[in-house]
Amino acid sequence: MQATAIIEVLSRALSADATRFEAVESRDGMPTIYAPIELLVETCRVLRDTPELRFVFLADVAAVDYHPRDPRFELLYMLACPGVAGYGDTPKRLRLKVRVPDGGHVPSVSSIWQSANWGEREVYDFFGLHFDNHPDMRRILMPEDWEGFPMRKDYPVQINQRVKTYEPLQVSEGEFVANMEASRRAAQDPARPEPVEGRRARQD
Amino acid sequence: MSDNDLPILTTTVEKVVQWARRSSVWPVTFGLACCAIEMMAMSAGRYDIARFGAEVFRGSPRQSDLMIVAGRLSRKMAPVLRRIYDQMPEPKYVISMGACASVGGVFDNYAIVQGVDQVVPVDVFVPGCPPRPEALIYGIVQLQRKIDQSRSFV
Repeated sequence: MQATAIIEVLSRALSADATRFEAVESRDGMPTIYAPIELLVETCRVLRDTPELRFVFLADVAAVDYHPRDPRFELLYMLACPGVAGYGDTPKRLRLKVRVPDGGHVPSVSSIWQSANWGEREVYDFFGLHFDNHPDMRRILMPEDWEGFPMRKDYPVQINQRVKTYEPLQVSEGEFVANMEASRRAAQDPARPEPVEGRRARQD
Repeated sequence: MSDNDLPILTTTVEKVVQWARRSSVWPVTFGLACCAIEMMAMSAGRYDIARFGAEVFRGSPRQSDLMIVAGRLSRKMAPVLRRIYDQMPEPKYVISMGACASVGGVFDNYAIVQGVDQVVPVDVFVPGCPPRPEALIYGIVQLQRKIDQSRSFV
């Protein structure tokens, strides 16, 4: 299915002007379209649910930093339709792109594809793009207290910061007993809360 | 029976302790990257580190004397390395295996610690990318010489 045909289906289903979408040539021949960021979630829902499209599988979420161009970022959603009974008529792929300005917020598509959850967290981790309505917007690969977003073009790659090690967990005798009691209770009753952790002291 | 025939050997306690320590240097399993493959080769039959009394790789730091940092250490892993080192009983030794563990190697970037000596005190650096098993065995022998020359009681 060609990119222009996909755009036709999209604009009909969304009753939007077809010029808001943009089909681009790609070297590998994979259909590639740009979607406006305001229509991202609706577009994704149509791509997943329309019978002639049925892109039920989100393989990857990626981003590119085109610093200093404006809009600075581009988001890529790699979609696939397996083309098996109940999931589309033929196997096909689609590359969906969205332009995002610096500091812009992106609507999360994790309500449409579950696999977007970690993919969007990875994009947030490395590019600092915030996804609205995401169930768990935290870093996924870098340490949680990391400063900056390493895959941005203006990030100093060879930054040599002090290595952070943390002091061992300091647990007093009272806390230790409380932990043991709590875990014993939790073992008997799964509805009980998790044991409380001791203080974690930072070395620096 | 003359005095010379008595089955007695006289030595100092320190010598015995040094001999005991260097003859069974048990490493903790801490393979981080491709260097760990060479480390495994070193402990396997062809190179057989058992000849030097260091063949027992322990899964628990509580039973280990030596930590071989085999591979690049990411900044996220650094607290874990430090914690495992802290859990090892004294006396404990560290071998930094390969270019990445020693100075960061090809990974001159934000994510990799540029030398594990920033995290733990290192006794022997083994160069190579990765070092061959012979090189690591040489590193362990160097460590044994170091233990031999160290003061057991301070």
